Amino acid sequence: MGRYRGRVLAALAAMTWVGGSAAASDLEAGKKLADQGSSNGAMACVACHGPDGGGNAAAGFPRLAGLDAAYIARQIQAYREGARGAPVMAPIVAGLSETDVANVAAWYASLAVPKATPAPADQALLEEGERLATRGNWANGVPACVTCHGPGGRGVDENFPPIAGQHATYLAAQLRAWKAGERKNDPLGLMKVVAQRLTDREIDAVAAWFAHQPPSAE
Amino acid sequence: MLPIRSLGAALAGAACAVVVVSLLDRRPAEPPAPPPPAAEAAVAPANTAFAPPDESAIPAGPFGEMVRYGRDLFLHTEQLRGTWTENGMDCVNCHLDAGRLANAAPMWASWTMYPAYRSKTQKVDTMAERIQGCFLYSMNGKAPPVGSKELAGLMSYIYWLSSDAPTGVELEGRGFAALPPPAQGVDHARGEAVYEAKCAVCHGAEGEGKVAEGSYVFPPLWGSDSYNWGAGMHRIDTAASFIKHNMPLGQGGSLTDQEAWDVATFVNSHERPPDPRDAGNRAATDAAFHDENCRYGDEVDGRVLAGVRGG
Repeated sequence: MGRYRGRVLAALAAMTWVGGSAAASDLEAGKKLADQGSSNGAMACVACHGPDGGGNAAAGFPRLAGLDAAYIARQIQAYREGARGAPVMAPIVAGLSETDVANVAAWYASLAVPKATPAPADQALLEEGERLATRGNWANGVPACVTCHGPGGRGVDENFPPIAGQHATYLAAQLRAWKAGERKNDPLGLMKVVAQRLTDREIDAVAAWFAHQPPSAE
Repeated sequence: MLPIRSLGAALAGAACAVVVVSLLDRRPAEPPAPPPPAAEAAVAPANTAFAPPDESAIPAGPFGEMVRYGRDLFLHTEQLRGTWTENGMDCVNCHLDAGRLANAAPMWASWTMYPAYRSKTQKVDTMAERIQGCFLYSMNGKAPPVGSKELAGLMSYIYWLSSDAPTGVELEGRGFAALPPPAQGVDHARGEAVYEAKCAVCHGAEGEGKVAEGSYVFPPLWGSDSYNWGAGMHRIDTAASFIKHNMPLGQGGSLTDQEAWDVATFVNSHERPPDPRDAGNRAATDAAFHDENCRYGDEVDGRVLAGVRGG
């Protein structure tokens, strides 16, 4: 572990500097936006993403707490540009300023991951999901999810977000959105290619397995 | 120390240096070749005759335990760092799908071909010695001895993967299938552009790879934590083939042959750990062990490439 400490610290230092904007983000302003919305039309984030940023499994609203700030900011940008087809999110974020985006992203990134109880899933489905997640399905050209999303799917950086402990409903919906071409903001089209090679059952399986994984290393 | 190659081979190496210069010369002597087609036909998924057994078939008992242990070492080789390895690589970084994938040097196509004479070592190598070579070069470490649990585990896993494979038969999908020579030679700057567009998002702008929770998620492609100057992957032809068939991950066959050659040239024009066969005489090491398919001993950005020790 120790031999990488310098490297990891350097990576963390780099992550707090995001295009110069998040570096000067204002957490208080971000919290206010999340709690109350903005005067130019953005509704309060907490209405759907929860007071603790934990999201809403039943509705498929993702957990935002503890995600990478640059990743969150980039997703908001994608909603504004149409690279993430999302009829719900697009109008909400349309009126946000660059500063608003940086602040709210930094706020959610600063939150601890709340405890969540994943929806129960069939054991066979979970085992299938684990195999895909940790080993892939190379017969169809699908690499293991953890090859990019990191150990246990707990994320690497702003390009490879954590998926462990995220709601299965949300994860499955995103895989289907990539597959259908409705979400197009993945670097190099990496997710599109993978999603197109997954069956419906495989999508449900990996989504369920990652939803059951701890969001942080033991 | 291994015996130095014959004088003829050394001279051939020197002659090849001239070839490299011409390959790397950006000014074409002939009228410029037409640009490559926008998209060459993607490499079809290998339809190999051989399929390794499913992991559910690993037997119970001590042998099965050893197979699983070997598989786990293969997938998470970094756990041996400081013991037998000295870099951030895992076997599975190059031997994809845990050594099962055709055209990514699958293990089942290797087992059937050893013992064999290898020009690299100038002798007949057993499978055990072949694996020990991986530790010396690709893993920049030390060879686990015969009798060690690590070597037994890896050999058990490879042997099991090769269940029912015909001994002495070269199987389709072995190694990294050769690419046709690059139509436009190779070019560092073109390769850099490919790297930035297609590789940097995973492997980092400086080839440094990416670490999460203290271990590499994306392997480093050069520098002190990568494979050394004696590893097969430092060869431009080998790397070009691997890249063409397998990179970006999940998108094998998406780069043109030319892009694969160029980006392999770029990646392998950086410093990495020294060739362990180098006894301190770079020119002799170059002549003995390095041919026209690599940049060892070449000057790049004002520095002669010959290995850099990790700090």
